[in-house]
Amino acid sequence: MTAVAVIPVKEGSAPGRMAPPSRFGDRAFEWLTLGMALVVILLVFLIGWQLARGSSLAIQKFGFNFLVTSTWDPVAEQFGALPFIYGTLVSSLIALIIAVPLSIATAVYLTELAPLWIRQPLVSLIEMLAAIPSVILGLWGIFVMIPWLRDYPFPLLKKAFGWTPLFTGPIYGPSMLAGGIIVAIMILPIITSVSREILRSVPNLQREAAYALGATRWEVTRIAVLSYARKGLFGAVILGLGRALGETMAVTMVIGNTPQIAASLFKPGYTLASVIANEFTEATTDVYLQALFELGLVLFGVTILVNLLAQLLLKTMTMKSATRAVQ
Amino acid sequence: MHARRADKHAWRKTKNVLVSAATFLSAVAVVAPLALVFFHLVMNGASSVNWAFFTQLPKPVGVIGGGMANAIVGSLELLALASAIGVPIGVLGGVYLAEYGSARANSTLRFIADVLNGVPSITWGVVVYGLVVLRFKSFSGYAGGLALGLIMVPLILRTTEEVILLVPNGYREAALALGIARWKTIVHVVMKTASKGIITGILLALARIGGETAPLLFTAFGNRFWNHDLAEPIAALPLQVFTYAISPYDDWHRQAWAGALVLVVGIFCVNVLVRILTRERKPSIV
Repeated sequence: MTAVAVIPVKEGSAPGRMAPPSRFGDRAFEWLTLGMALVVILLVFLIGWQLARGSSLAIQKFGFNFLVTSTWDPVAEQFGALPFIYGTLVSSLIALIIAVPLSIATAVYLTELAPLWIRQPLVSLIEMLAAIPSVILGLWGIFVMIPWLRDYPFPLLKKAFGWTPLFTGPIYGPSMLAGGIIVAIMILPIITSVSREILRSVPNLQREAAYALGATRWEVTRIAVLSYARKGLFGAVILGLGRALGETMAVTMVIGNTPQIAASLFKPGYTLASVIANEFTEATTDVYLQALFELGLVLFGVTILVNLLAQLLLKTMTMKSATRAVQ
Repeated sequence: MHARRADKHAWRKTKNVLVSAATFLSAVAVVAPLALVFFHLVMNGASSVNWAFFTQLPKPVGVIGGGMANAIVGSLELLALASAIGVPIGVLGGVYLAEYGSARANSTLRFIADVLNGVPSITWGVVVYGLVVLRFKSFSGYAGGLALGLIMVPLILRTTEEVILLVPNGYREAALALGIARWKTIVHVVMKTASKGIITGILLALARIGGETAPLLFTAFGNRFWNHDLAEPIAALPLQVFTYAISPYDDWHRQAWAGALVLVVGIFCVNVLVRILTRERKPSIV
């Protein structure tokens, strides 16, 4: 028997012996899946390249002035993006002011304070809110929210804060404030669910230590949970900001779509995303289309940076909590 | 001294109750829009959702009635096309992240996929407009499907990776010990075990892109008539809702509410299906 084993056997020459497994299938499958995974990198470059290519003429023609001038006149071929940048920033800021306290408080309620039986149903409801398409929220905004805002809260705001420049002038309905409110509704679910994940990743030892000192539930939350999770919660807020900046349909339907920079939040505004949505198919000249592509490039650049920041904050948070939990 | 301490204690307890109440009210405020939107959808839309809505074409302005049959079918066609692009790339990419590669390179890829998920959906519309519509000089179903498909990629990639990582290593080792090639192990054992989770991820991605409007505005463009040639502009339910909502006609507004109701019910059904699937998955996998 040993003699047989010594004889060198050529591959596949011995009958009845299994051929060594071919490595071809394995290699092909690994390369195939690698190719598909690399598509995500490709897509980032594809977006950047396509937007830069589509706007190269406009970039050459207007240069830096594009970002700081506020004339938007397709007929005279004068294009400045400032009103749209302003509108995007202000509507997102209003949205954050409304959504951040509500979402973080809800996340705290869901992880720390709520009775156990209520938690899962509430989470399901929030997921359903997240599933409502932007265009449907916009429809609701036009026909339900705006008439209501115009009749009740806006006059009240005007009465109470009319002495500030923010709440002066006539009330039309479609306005920067309405846009901010609808964006707030759109980003409530994402900030809430990410914050909830962050709070859940806080190790229980933290809580137990605070309880052992005789803290009440709220004190435990404040001292042991919120301060520990601060960075991650900040990440959740920035993630919400990223969504707010790019929110399109609902805002387009309620913000009024007027390119102006006005102090009063009752005045209509315009955002980067909504001007693209409204005017893209109407762009009759090359320069006009190029200018719209450039708006897309600005929007893409800003959201990529904001999302990078958010992911970095969230990543360090979850890694930190993971390593602490092991210790 | 004793009294002051008791006072402070009482104040701490009161504060606890106050904060609990405040967070509870916040939770109510977060859920309120869902209830309000759903209530108004049913109130304004239910009366126009009838047989004609699912079987007829939109009527011209001024003619009462008509439906969105072409938009419903168009949306389904676009979703099928998007799946044909997004599902293979997303699923296989997710397999790579879970099964191959170095930890560091993979965490970079994961990071990029997460960032890609944050790209505004209108950006995809602009990119596909440049890639497809400008080149072929026509809005088309293909362009719309591509835009939606590309949005699906990072979504499916991440969910697939997560569920494949849940498959216990013992399964892989058992298959490899039988002399089965690695790729066959992955396809027939690992992916099969995780199939419910993978399908869940795909369904969630479909529910998400099914309501997308912004990427279709200048790719699929919309169409008032039947069209089964994907190289031509095609109707989609969310697009139709948008067009009708911003129109000045009461009739169209009613149709918009009806379309919105149908769309939301469809999306909620998919979400419920997902919940049923995941409920069954837990005992069998982990």
